[in-house]
Amino acid sequence: MNIAALFSDRRWRWFAWGAVALLLLALPFITEAVLGRSWVRIIAVSLLFVMLALGLNIVVGFAGLLDLGYIAFFAVGAYSYALLASPQFAVHWPFLLLLPLGAAIAAVFGILLGAPTLRLRGDYLAIVTLGFGEIIRVFLNNLNRPVNITNGPQGITLIDPLQMGGFSLAQTHSFAGLTFSPVHNYYFVFLVCAALTVALSLRLQNSRIGRAWVAIRDDELAASAMGINTRNVKLLAFAMGATFGGVAGGLFASFQGFISPESFQLIDSIMVLCMVVLGGMGNVAGVALGAVLLTALPEALRYIGPLQQRWFGGVLVDPADLRMLLFGLALVLMMLLRPEGLWPARRRHAVKRNTDGG
Amino acid sequence: MAADILLAASGIRKHFGGLAALSDVSISVRRGEIFGLIGPNGAGKTTLFNVLTGLSAPDAGSLVFDGQRIEGLKPHAVAGHGIARTFQNIRLFGSMTALENVMVGRHLRSHTGVLGAVLRTRAAVAEELAITRRARELLDYCGLAARADDFARDLPYGDQRRLEIARALATDPKLLALDEPAAGMNATETAVLKALLERIREDGITLLLIEHDMKLVMGLSHSVAVLDYGEKIAEGEPETVQRDPRVIEAYLGGGFV
Repeated sequence: MNIAALFSDRRWRWFAWGAVALLLLALPFITEAVLGRSWVRIIAVSLLFVMLALGLNIVVGFAGLLDLGYIAFFAVGAYSYALLASPQFAVHWPFLLLLPLGAAIAAVFGILLGAPTLRLRGDYLAIVTLGFGEIIRVFLNNLNRPVNITNGPQGITLIDPLQMGGFSLAQTHSFAGLTFSPVHNYYFVFLVCAALTVALSLRLQNSRIGRAWVAIRDDELAASAMGINTRNVKLLAFAMGATFGGVAGGLFASFQGFISPESFQLIDSIMVLCMVVLGGMGNVAGVALGAVLLTALPEALRYIGPLQQRWFGGVLVDPADLRMLLFGLALVLMMLLRPEGLWPARRRHAVKRNTDGG
Repeated sequence: MAADILLAASGIRKHFGGLAALSDVSISVRRGEIFGLIGPNGAGKTTLFNVLTGLSAPDAGSLVFDGQRIEGLKPHAVAGHGIARTFQNIRLFGSMTALENVMVGRHLRSHTGVLGAVLRTRAAVAEELAITRRARELLDYCGLAARADDFARDLPYGDQRRLEIARALATDPKLLALDEPAAGMNATETAVLKALLERIREDGITLLLIEHDMKLVMGLSHSVAVLDYGEKIAEGEPETVQRDPRVIEAYLGGGFV
């Protein structure tokens, strides 16, 4: 494709990437002017989902381990931040400490999930990870008695925004004639983090570790016979994936100012998995695209209610129902027309060989 | 005598339920030789390979490789000691290119971790270059240089077999164990393979070979062991083994002797 060639061509490379960077920098302002501020929020959130989807992509796309409880790591990161930067325990640690800490705690949880599931594959792994995701949510929901840690279903409020010295992202700032509302501020922070996530994913993919992950995905037995310590390499995939989720969780908590267990349900895990699968499992760019599209699509479908009013003079089908219906339809169509995802990985169709030599 | 024994398996027993896949099998492979392991289908050859390479643990018996006990070790640890293998049913990493398959074989002899990969440290970049260079050398060595960028699953059958050998060589083995490398090959491909195996041996790697092609195995091997129903019925030089009445009976059935 011509556009792709532009990015790899030595002379045009800087120009192409510069154009992308400029577009991304201008995007929140253009969006606000055209679609309104609520859409700036949506694109900011979509960047969080880029981080989440790329984290899950390491586990599912690279290492081939089907994880249906991935949102648990997002929850762990979010609660780590919320508990240590809110009136809940009256502690307010700086975010520069809390984000790495949340990532580390999430990584530990990743290993806790990975260790007992090392021998499991496919369906069985999916069931256990699904259970793990639910366990985390149920814990968060019930850890308000006898000692109140998570404040249960009420969630945690008044979480500190990202701030340093007197500068807070929760305030509106003016710079160079532009107005930066809190969503604008967060958009730029998320943009940097998402870009870092993309860079990390790409570098990991093209490394000794990334090759080991794909080798395990293609044929675990052959990988171990080639000297890959499959236990360690799989645990590393779980830990790395969880790390991305943990950082995204901390950012989410600071952005929202409020979190409750309701934000971390099974449907959210499935949503992130959809982003990975639909975007193009194993392909970093595809997964990022999937995350942005799947965040924006349900929001765009909200316009269906007013459109019905205009076209038919009344609301014929409940907009909420229709929205999910159309969303489902879009997913089915996409899988029928592009089963490899929107932007497939170069390495498609891992060949599965027979299980054992006779 | 003990000094030039690279691999000594003694009293290896492996049962699957009531089936004795291997009963009290002992073989010794000398350093630098080509050792042929033959026997009718279901004789336990692949089971013995799996025990040797750590894919399944023996019920009893010991394995001494290059002076160290290796029975019951995990496959990656066995590979670390210097035994590499190929599979009877080819098991390549299908979604990777031929080059990448061989690069995976270098995993064991390289060290870059997450931090090195993410920060692209000078050491990591240098190692990645060395891995690529070595992988290309090995593809060339196995006659696959032109196939470097093809996906493993797209390669013709004979090339896939040789790619498995290249990948195994990438682990710097002392012993290369080949499970029916000529299976499904035509006469030309078999001749190319034979030359390759002889070259590998000349370069100092000991070979352990399961093969059904009698001409190939008798022509290549310095020693041969014959398995039948999980027991070793003969071991020695090819000429001697070929004339052994028990071997002839195992292959041709009773009544011919």
